[in-house]
Amino acid sequence: MNIIETMIYPILYPDTIIGVVAVILVKIALVLGVTMLHVAYATYFERKVIGHMQVRMGPMRVGYHGLLQPIADGIKLFFKEDLIPAAADRTVFQLAPIVMLFAAMSSLAVIPFFDGFIIADINVGLLYLLAMSSLGAYGLVMAGWASNSKYSFLGGLRSSSQIISYEIAVGLSLVGVMIMSSSLNPKEIVLAQQQHWYGMYLFPQFLGYFIFMVGAFAETNRTPFDLPEAETELVAGYFVEYSGMRFSLFFVAEYVGMIVMSAIAVTCFWGGWSIPPIFIKVIPPLAAVPGIIWFVLKIYIHVFLFYWVRATLPRYRYDHLMALGWKVLIPLALLNIVVTAIIKFMN
Amino acid sequence: MATAQKKLKKELTINLGPQHPSTHGVLRLVLDLDGETVVKCTPHVGYLHRGTEKLGENSTYLSAMPLMDRLDYVSSMTNDVAYCLAVERLFGIMAPERAQYIRTIVSEMTRISSHILWLGTHALDIGAMTVFLYSFREREWILDLFEMLCGARLTVSYPRIGGVRNDVSQEFIDSLYKFTAEFPARILEYETLIDQNRIWLQRTKGIGVISAEEAINWGLSGPTLRGSGVTYDIRKHFPYDAYDKVDFDVPVGQHGDVYDRYRCRMEEMRQSIRIIRQCLEKLPRGPVMAPDAPKLTLPAKEKVLADMESMIHHFVLITKGPMTGQSGEVYSAIEAPKGELGIYFVSDGTGKPYRMRLRSPSFVHVSALPRLSEGALVADVIANIGSVDVVLGECDR
Repeated sequence: MNIIETMIYPILYPDTIIGVVAVILVKIALVLGVTMLHVAYATYFERKVIGHMQVRMGPMRVGYHGLLQPIADGIKLFFKEDLIPAAADRTVFQLAPIVMLFAAMSSLAVIPFFDGFIIADINVGLLYLLAMSSLGAYGLVMAGWASNSKYSFLGGLRSSSQIISYEIAVGLSLVGVMIMSSSLNPKEIVLAQQQHWYGMYLFPQFLGYFIFMVGAFAETNRTPFDLPEAETELVAGYFVEYSGMRFSLFFVAEYVGMIVMSAIAVTCFWGGWSIPPIFIKVIPPLAAVPGIIWFVLKIYIHVFLFYWVRATLPRYRYDHLMALGWKVLIPLALLNIVVTAIIKFMN
Repeated sequence: MATAQKKLKKELTINLGPQHPSTHGVLRLVLDLDGETVVKCTPHVGYLHRGTEKLGENSTYLSAMPLMDRLDYVSSMTNDVAYCLAVERLFGIMAPERAQYIRTIVSEMTRISSHILWLGTHALDIGAMTVFLYSFREREWILDLFEMLCGARLTVSYPRIGGVRNDVSQEFIDSLYKFTAEFPARILEYETLIDQNRIWLQRTKGIGVISAEEAINWGLSGPTLRGSGVTYDIRKHFPYDAYDKVDFDVPVGQHGDVYDRYRCRMEEMRQSIRIIRQCLEKLPRGPVMAPDAPKLTLPAKEKVLADMESMIHHFVLITKGPMTGQSGEVYSAIEAPKGELGIYFVSDGTGKPYRMRLRSPSFVHVSALPRLSEGALVADVIANIGSVDVVLGECDR
């Protein structure tokens, strides 16, 4: 077999093992590449959006209106010295950002970007997503612990308790969706939503959506739940000792996490790549718009929400955060499950 | 084993500062934490100690002015006013009426700019980032006005012993009037963001509570004291400059918590606008430097070049200071934006003070931080630092 034959082999024989693996690898490369680009420009987007909300310009110097700023930042961070504190646990210290990024990125595997495009079409997709978001907490705890610094230790402690508390609420908030769609497969959930004229679980599951979004802010450590990094209290919290590329990995993980959380919200509550059937009935040409466009648009609406909240709200205090999670969100989520189940049972 | 097992310390000791984003300068707090609860809080000051008092004793009354700018560097105008008033009281002279009004105007502008800076940083400490940038927009406006007035923005050195350096221009008056017309709407903008925000209320109500009696015992002053319900304001009780000729209210709180101190300062900004308005309307005509104190005030430059006597006064004032021959002592205090800024002078009749002592509100407020913070959470320490409004340049002197 010559080289050309090797290259086109998977295309010729897509059903063989090599063919399947090759197709998956191409999909992974595509998803990671596109997501990383979006992550880079999500930072730019954030700085511009918050900048304009705060009566300033945001990045303006690198490129036209600062368009090359993310690339300049990336290059700068890449060439910065990688410092590891003398007292740190080297292995864990080095592993922590990788764990975080791994957890965030592998969540992308089960997200249906548009009809028929999903890397791993598994029937416990939602469970997998929750598992991966929990795994991310390990990265935070490891970073906070291994740095051997009091500030990062406090940040690590805060984040572990915060993420553990809120992922219960997040998990429970999705149960309503699971009951309504009778599935854990993200693709099936999207298809189930299209069965209704409103096409989005946002409306019947408004309570679940609200709880999920609050939990998503907490899971991604964004304002008003940015206590683990709380720059005015713990300076930077768990990643205070990191520098250079490792430092930026935490940021990449945060932004990927933000996109993943938005993607879950879009998939479970906003009808994924589809738009409500009633829209298509009213304006038929909308049916011709590719699903990926709706999907990306919906994701960016959510990402914008993350930025908007950051520019608006102050930070919670640790005990208030816990009280909100355990005393408000979890009971509400349970109520939502019960009500959803009763309605489902009645029908 | 012969050695007794060492008792493990339960508390985690962390060092908050001197390099920390929310200690407002180089304040260092050593916190003993039990979990997130502060068991013990020990402030360490002195990282910005420059020996201002001693420097003041080694320079003439006239040349110590720039040192005052650098005490509370966000409200240099009131520091200068305090200094000039103290020297004037020591030697028994009075600034002309127009100068008094101008000083009142610039003092209130400084109060606004200091309170804006406080609001921005305090809100930023609690996590409300946008307030910070909104407030800097208005602070910039005030600094531009200062620049228009005297050429300097931060360290102004504008007041003089016996008056002010130069008269205000019509252009300045017009711009300031425009500012007073627009600023109340800007205060509303800040309040829209935080005033009724549930998170803000949770973070500030019932935090750092200090009763009126205790606040007096700790020596708190300014809005930090008035937040506890004490109506002590030097502008009302011991009026200086033109404060007895204008009408204004002294806002007080009830509970003495972070929120009430915040409310006090917000209301004070509104009152400052009122005072500036009245001063602009009443601004009398006349000189801006006391003409009857040639041994204390520098003669005009034209006179120095033309008139022998003036030149001698100028020479002596610059080289030896005001040789009045009057000995005595004076304590003079003003209501600076942070609180009571007092200056104590002992004069032996030479051109330099024998003793200069500064009573800075920030130093007293820092000393009250352990009282406010012990038993609270780490996040409350940050809220408390913000709410007592300290500037370390003034605290460490």
